[in-house]
Amino acid sequence: MLDIKNFTLHFHSAPPENMAVKGISMHMDKGEIVGLVGESGSGKTVTALTIAGLINRRMAAFGGEILFNGQNTLTLKSEDMRKIRGKDISIVFQEPMSSLNPVLRIGPQVEESLRIHTNKTKEERKELALKAFKDVELPNPEEVYNKYPHELSGGQLQRVMIAAAMISNPTLLIADEPTTALDVTIQAQIIELLKRLNKEYGMGILFISHNLNVVRKLCTRVAVMHKGLIVEEGPVEDIFHNPKEDYTKKLIAAIPTRSRKNVR
Amino acid sequence: MKKKPNYYLYIGGALSAVMVLMIIIGFFWTPFEPNAVSAATKFAMPSLSHPLGCDNMGRDIFSRVLEGAGTTLIISVSTIAIGTAIGTLLGAFTGFYGGLPDEILMKVCDAITAFPSILLALVLVSIMGSGKYNIIIILGILFIPSYSRVIRGEFAKHRELNYVKNARIMGAGDLRIMFVHILPNIIPVLLPAVTIGFNNAVLAEASMSFLSIGVQPPDPSLGRMLSESQTYLFSAPWYAIGTGLAIVLLILGFSLLGEGLQRRNQ
Amino acid sequence: MKYIFKKLVSLIIILFIVSLLAFLAFQVIPGDPTTKILGTEYTPERAHALREAMGLNRPVIVRYFEWLKNFLMGDFGTSYSYSLSVKEMLAGKLPITFVLTAISFTIITVISIPLGILLAKFEGTWLDRIFTTMNQTIMSIPPFFIGIVLSYIFSIVLKVFVHGDFVSYTVDPVKFVKYLFFPAISIAIPRIAMTVKLLRSSIIGEMDKDYVRTAFSRGNSRDSVLYRHVLKNSIVPVVTFLAVTIADIVAGSIIIEQVFGIPGLGRLLVSSIFNRDFPVVQAIVVILAILVVTVNTLADIINQYIDPRIKLR
Repeated sequence: MLDIKNFTLHFHSAPPENMAVKGISMHMDKGEIVGLVGESGSGKTVTALTIAGLINRRMAAFGGEILFNGQNTLTLKSEDMRKIRGKDISIVFQEPMSSLNPVLRIGPQVEESLRIHTNKTKEERKELALKAFKDVELPNPEEVYNKYPHELSGGQLQRVMIAAAMISNPTLLIADEPTTALDVTIQAQIIELLKRLNKEYGMGILFISHNLNVVRKLCTRVAVMHKGLIVEEGPVEDIFHNPKEDYTKKLIAAIPTRSRKNVR
Repeated sequence: MKKKPNYYLYIGGALSAVMVLMIIIGFFWTPFEPNAVSAATKFAMPSLSHPLGCDNMGRDIFSRVLEGAGTTLIISVSTIAIGTAIGTLLGAFTGFYGGLPDEILMKVCDAITAFPSILLALVLVSIMGSGKYNIIIILGILFIPSYSRVIRGEFAKHRELNYVKNARIMGAGDLRIMFVHILPNIIPVLLPAVTIGFNNAVLAEASMSFLSIGVQPPDPSLGRMLSESQTYLFSAPWYAIGTGLAIVLLILGFSLLGEGLQRRNQ
Repeated sequence: MKYIFKKLVSLIIILFIVSLLAFLAFQVIPGDPTTKILGTEYTPERAHALREAMGLNRPVIVRYFEWLKNFLMGDFGTSYSYSLSVKEMLAGKLPITFVLTAISFTIITVISIPLGILLAKFEGTWLDRIFTTMNQTIMSIPPFFIGIVLSYIFSIVLKVFVHGDFVSYTVDPVKFVKYLFFPAISIAIPRIAMTVKLLRSSIIGEMDKDYVRTAFSRGNSRDSVLYRHVLKNSIVPVVTFLAVTIADIVAGSIIIEQVFGIPGLGRLLVSSIFNRDFPVVQAIVVILAILVVTVNTLADIINQYIDPRIKLR
């Protein structure tokens, strides 16, 4: 489904020797949950945004290929890319509060991708939105539908974001640090939710995080990114128990001991 | 990213410098005696000797514009001086200490700035009377709120910064912290406010003199000249155009300068 | 609803304070109205008798409430210069200034909003650069000079407009509105430049927000991100600015009425200041203050509908 081949990216605003992504390759199958781990500035978010065609092409030089269902998103016409965005590829961003439009009600924002990509009527869209709210376990869907973002909590908003991302049944859901801004108990709930939705609807999830522990709970496979390169890749438990790279060892060492011992 | 040159700053700075320089020269020397009446040059068209032509009494408009702009400059500079000095003091103390006086001052400032300054100026003129010195006091008072608001915001922000905390640990007193440590740091914010204030002062003075309730004769004034020139718009359009352009260029120079300074801060 | 109620209460309080200030301001004036009214017939005895008759010997606070009561009933007092009621003097002038303000405001809104959106859309292009530079220049031209230049061009050179040919709305409403067009444009031009600048930078600022990226991620085109998401957010400061603009148009009309010889509120204000005819000045100032405060409150209420978070502030 997703095939990244020797992908490079360099922002025109950065010095020539400072490439954001220095040639990475990775693969993702349909319905798979893959983690992309690294610290901030490692190039993981830039990679995710490029997959969805959200980096302004005039601002950077791209190399290699990103094949999504056989189409290269790096060279696809921007109008064709737009038709994929929100329909086949959806994104959940890190800050749920600022990622929703503050002056629009929740409902229309959640069903927006349906409005753009389908011919469904207003009523049909609302029905699907309410169903999505139930899917992400939001209480009182009718009420939430008519609320404004500032009237909900961070955890509720992230559920709203997930509902909006999955409403059009995408093949690939990119989750860019979706739990970082939330507290730990809600983090765990969101992870369980993503797991369940993956089982029920079979969409692939590319989960981006700096937290290896969270990735371990959700993903089957993980790629570790460092300074624009993938330094290590493999099944999550292998990497966890036999890290080969120093950088990965450091990432594991950064996890608090109690949760490290707490192996399933 | 490559930085674009700040054209606003350069062009505005150059234009303002030229205008101010010409006005200062005008204090000591003008091509003709501004009040010299001459029947021979009545409504003379602009020429090499009279670059802006002559008015209904044959007086050289260029010399008169220089003289009028001189009055405008003196009024604007004095106004800004009053507004900045008092505004800075008020803003510094309320911003630094906060609390109830701060809230009251901000409410009063909000209320005053909600009204068009020309309207408030007219009210004050009707109470205090017109004339050069009253105009300076009136405009000076009206400009206090905008400055104290800017300064207050900066002081409230800087109060929390580390260099101020350090200074306090080193044993500096409040007054020393406010005026030796903080004040120099907020000059980049104060400068554009001063140039914008200068614009407003020029505009307000010209408007009031245009309405004949500003500067009174014999003090020369661009606004009053412009108002007089209207009568001769048909026979001597250069009278109005020359006088008006002088006002526009004076405002434009400082407006570009202010914009340039603001962009430099960003 | 609660927000609107709160706003209305504070509106009334502000109006009360404004009226008190407007009343007190004219109490500290040096000199005595009796001197002005009696003129050459002034003798201390007559002045004393007149003071009694006008009730000027009573405490200030009593006179304030009486003045306020009369003002609310529509009695604005009597002019010192003419033995006319202030109400009569204002009656014919108010509509002129308000129509002038309305025309000018309409021109500003209709031109600056599309232009601001257009420039934001083409940010960084030559079109944007030319207009932005032009804007900065236009902002520096005082309305009264624009008025003089316009009347020179259209009245003397092109002869499509007769300067001074003002007709009252009671005589010929169409001609009346036509005459007000150039004065309205003169006030509007610098204000258009300012509004365009504000809207343009407001839109550009909003474009960097996180929710814009989300909107793109759902497959919105650039235009639909702008019109469906960004515009509503960036219009809030513009609404506030337009409210201030209404006040500034009225203030600007004081001067522009002088340029075009329009017998509106502004001319009456200026001549009353000249004649030290304080009841007239006081009435005009209070009326304009009511307008300013009401328009600002209205803007707050409108903004609260656009951005529901404002209620929380």
